[in-house]
Amino acid sequence: MTETRPTQPTEAADTAQPVLAVSDLTVSFPSEAGEVQAVRGVSYAVRPGEVLGIVGESGSGKSVSSMAVLGLLPESAEVTGSVKLAGRELLGLGDAAMSKIRGKDIGMVFQDPLSALTPVYTVGNQIIEALQVHQSLDKAAARKRAVELLDVVGIPDPKRRVDAFPHEFSGGMRQRAMIAMAIANDPKVIIADEPTTALDVTIQAQVLEVLKTAQEVTGAAIVMITHDLGVIAGFADRVQVMYAGRPVEAGPVDEVYYRPRMPYTIGLLGSIPRLDEARAEGTARRALTPIDGNPPKMVDPAPGCPFAPRCPIAVDQCHTDEPELTVAEGAEPPQALDSVRAGETPLTACHRAHEIGAGLDRDAVYPVPVLPEAGAIERLPRAERATVLELDGLVKHFPLTKGAIVKRTVGTVRAVDGISFDIREGETLGLVGESGCGKTTTLLEILDLPSGQAGTVTVFGKDIRGLNRADRKGLRRDMQIVFQDPMAALDARMPIGDILAEPLKTHGWDKARIAARIPELLDMVGLEPEHADRYPQEFSGGQRQRISIARALALEPKLVILDEPVSALDVSIQAGILNLLDELKTRLGLSYLFVAHDLSVVRHIADRIAVMYLGRIVELGAADDVFAAPSHPYTQALLSAVPLPDPRKERERSRILLSGDLPSPADVPSGCRFAGRCPKYSELGDSDQARCREEDPAAAVLGPDHTAACHFAAAVDVVESAVAH
Amino acid sequence: MGRYLLRRLANYLVLVVVAAALTYFLAGLSLNPRAKFEGRNPPLPASSITKTLDEYNMNPDTPILSRFGHWAEDVVHGDLGKTIEGDDVNDDFGRRVGVSTRLLLLATIVGSLGGIAVGAYGAIRQYRLFDRFSTLASFFVLAMPVFVIGVALKIGATALNDGSQTIKVLGEYDPQYAGQWNFDALVNRAQHMLLPALTLIIMQVALYSRYQRSTMLDVLGSDFLRTARAKGLRRRKALVKHGLRTAILPVVPLLVYNIVLLFTGATFTEKTFGWHGMGELLVDSIQKQDVNSVATVGLFTAVLVLIAGLLSDLLYAALDPRVRVR
Repeated sequence: MTETRPTQPTEAADTAQPVLAVSDLTVSFPSEAGEVQAVRGVSYAVRPGEVLGIVGESGSGKSVSSMAVLGLLPESAEVTGSVKLAGRELLGLGDAAMSKIRGKDIGMVFQDPLSALTPVYTVGNQIIEALQVHQSLDKAAARKRAVELLDVVGIPDPKRRVDAFPHEFSGGMRQRAMIAMAIANDPKVIIADEPTTALDVTIQAQVLEVLKTAQEVTGAAIVMITHDLGVIAGFADRVQVMYAGRPVEAGPVDEVYYRPRMPYTIGLLGSIPRLDEARAEGTARRALTPIDGNPPKMVDPAPGCPFAPRCPIAVDQCHTDEPELTVAEGAEPPQALDSVRAGETPLTACHRAHEIGAGLDRDAVYPVPVLPEAGAIERLPRAERATVLELDGLVKHFPLTKGAIVKRTVGTVRAVDGISFDIREGETLGLVGESGCGKTTTLLEILDLPSGQAGTVTVFGKDIRGLNRADRKGLRRDMQIVFQDPMAALDARMPIGDILAEPLKTHGWDKARIAARIPELLDMVGLEPEHADRYPQEFSGGQRQRISIARALALEPKLVILDEPVSALDVSIQAGILNLLDELKTRLGLSYLFVAHDLSVVRHIADRIAVMYLGRIVELGAADDVFAAPSHPYTQALLSAVPLPDPRKERERSRILLSGDLPSPADVPSGCRFAGRCPKYSELGDSDQARCREEDPAAAVLGPDHTAACHFAAAVDVVESAVAH
Repeated sequence: MGRYLLRRLANYLVLVVVAAALTYFLAGLSLNPRAKFEGRNPPLPASSITKTLDEYNMNPDTPILSRFGHWAEDVVHGDLGKTIEGDDVNDDFGRRVGVSTRLLLLATIVGSLGGIAVGAYGAIRQYRLFDRFSTLASFFVLAMPVFVIGVALKIGATALNDGSQTIKVLGEYDPQYAGQWNFDALVNRAQHMLLPALTLIIMQVALYSRYQRSTMLDVLGSDFLRTARAKGLRRRKALVKHGLRTAILPVVPLLVYNIVLLFTGATFTEKTFGWHGMGELLVDSIQKQDVNSVATVGLFTAVLVLIAGLLSDLLYAALDPRVRVR
């Protein structure tokens, strides 16, 4: 497998010296519990024009190591090892010397663009500052350069925007501005720490494109730190997988993705739901393979391989000796030591690496959990199942008011603007869309059981209008919610037994029944009955989400609303929760309304999909139809923006990039709401364009269970799912 | 922005009228100016007392609404009425505002800058010696009544003076310098100002530094500070230009209200050091059953709230682009 990679500047890279070489970097912090060993021996080298991806879950030390490279760790941190920038040792340099390097030779892009810019200065001034720190430019020249930079990163109308304050920029634009700042002084290396994590998937695709442009403009090496294996697959040349403060596997992306030799990497790749997952008609979905347990504490780590307690194939040696990161046996032998240094040879830290892929089948390392057989309800055709929830033309507008004493309405926020869908028994409807599209408002409207502004909500066959209080309370029992953030959704001052008992008490269960129900619930979500006496802070994120699910299930609801239930969790934990949800659905005959921004997750769990855009549903249908033949240009763009954890597919895909950001729901365009960003619109003739601008498209029926609200709906395969394989 | 401020101004003006009226009613109904005259030796005839009280618009027998109407009409025309001694409130008020201004001008500037500096530096050096010491000292000061600090300073000064009169402990200036503004007079005034100003500064530094420390701590971990340093700014410059600049925002309204309201709020300091400012007037006028002076202090305080409100709005808008409205 040594195919040529078009994106890699092969010749240049082979001869060039590494511009940034990190070797044996360790970082430790003092803490009350003892010394936290956050980074325990990281080595890598990047050459000009090369992209190194560093992946790892939260707490793996990936961000700390990049901060150590920049010398931005707090004074209490103890850093050893070596960081060489173009041959010059950086560790041990003082603030003055490091300040000359930071922002000049090393550019940095941080995760959260909402907080990474100083709120009180204009974006332009912050870029100008970055320029003037390192170059002797006068104000006018620096300003001119700032405008140029904003133009390079694709900020529309940069001459005017240069004077905007950060709060006047959208998240994607702020991240562009961050990149402009990072490349302001033609750096040799750009370190990007989760640069797209806080962004919507279409904006993520835009920002990654900008990063690529930035690299072309500067010829810099990029160190890309992320937890998203999909982002790395398409973006990086080489990848390093970190676990517990150390790299456990490293090599060219193809090697690591297609021939992983470390069980952690194998587990990580197996635990991500895949957008390109092919699902044969009628068969049960593939269960994800979660990695059991949690990452180790970094205080006083146990001897042996840190992954051993979670590793399904650990042997005795794994619990006593920590494996070195070495050339994986069975890999092509290194031609020269240079190629090992250059990262072209895959390295693995595992005692059993030589067996994996040889005597040990990769797919068999993790036992695939068995999901229960589809229940009687799920086998019924959809039309014969009872309707659990039905929305018909639901509208929620918020008035925009002005004035402190006398309020007058100056506009309307059309958060939800006439949406209709239904959920049948035993079915999961995935509701997807970018932030601000009205997903959450829809959920709140359903939960609130309003008598509504317009449209009807029918729950279990009952129109909620004209219901009295008791009926409403009854309906609420049958409809429960699981929230996104398991840290915030549980009261930290209540033991979880009380948390689970609360809904039961509210609905008048007696003490004996409650006492019997709690162990039952804990068992149902894979926790121990003894856990009832503990407090939420004693549990990990995944366990807390299990508690939230148990709470939602306490009253035996028929419909569970899941609001981004896994987006706050690491992928290896997420897989376990998704499997649990799948299992509970079949066992208890539940219906789910699953709201998420991660389309791969929705692809995995949903039977039907509703795609929302600016308060409307633009495409609705059976998941297989929508994913295989997305017919609304927005759905196509959304799907094509999702990075796949498959380097080859990523290289071959062409993205449909959307321009700009989601318009404000206070200022909804006439005609088709999507026309302004629609990639298809620009290809249409004048009369067709006029139709898009003037006529609000109705849902066009494309199949037995598939509609799209587009005048020119036509299927395009954007995922290139494994159908062809 | 202008229209917004005008609307705020109108709101504040209503507030001033209400506050002034309420103060007048309270003072007019609860104080008894007659007692002030009845206690005289030799006793004054009742009719002459009533006449004087009527003249001063202080006669408790006149209906309060009628007295208020009379007072309000005068105030609108710029006349604050007579003090119980028969002087013009205007003169007394003017003199005292001057005294308060001279006392507060320097003390509040040094006090707020000092508070910001101590708080910010304490945050940067969290849990180090300076931070621990300044925190301890601040709570010590905040727990102590002002007059205790004042008296303690007086005692300390007396010991330092060691018989001489280098640090003066009473009054604004020595009588021989009254009305003079030459070098000697200024030196004399500075000698007098030292202790009361120091009292106010200590109080303010202690108070403001607590707020500044906590807002600065919030900012220290922020991403934009990290961005600033990643750009290549030196630690100190990043901390001041990006950190402190942002951390000062939430402290601004507190500073403005505190400083402006000190004009009538420095009562204990003025009393302790014998300065005849507005703070002293508040207490003295109540003691003297001086309805018009009390009402003046009330009116003045309400106007101060108005000024503080507008000033803090303006300053905040100037400092934080996020609240500016087009």
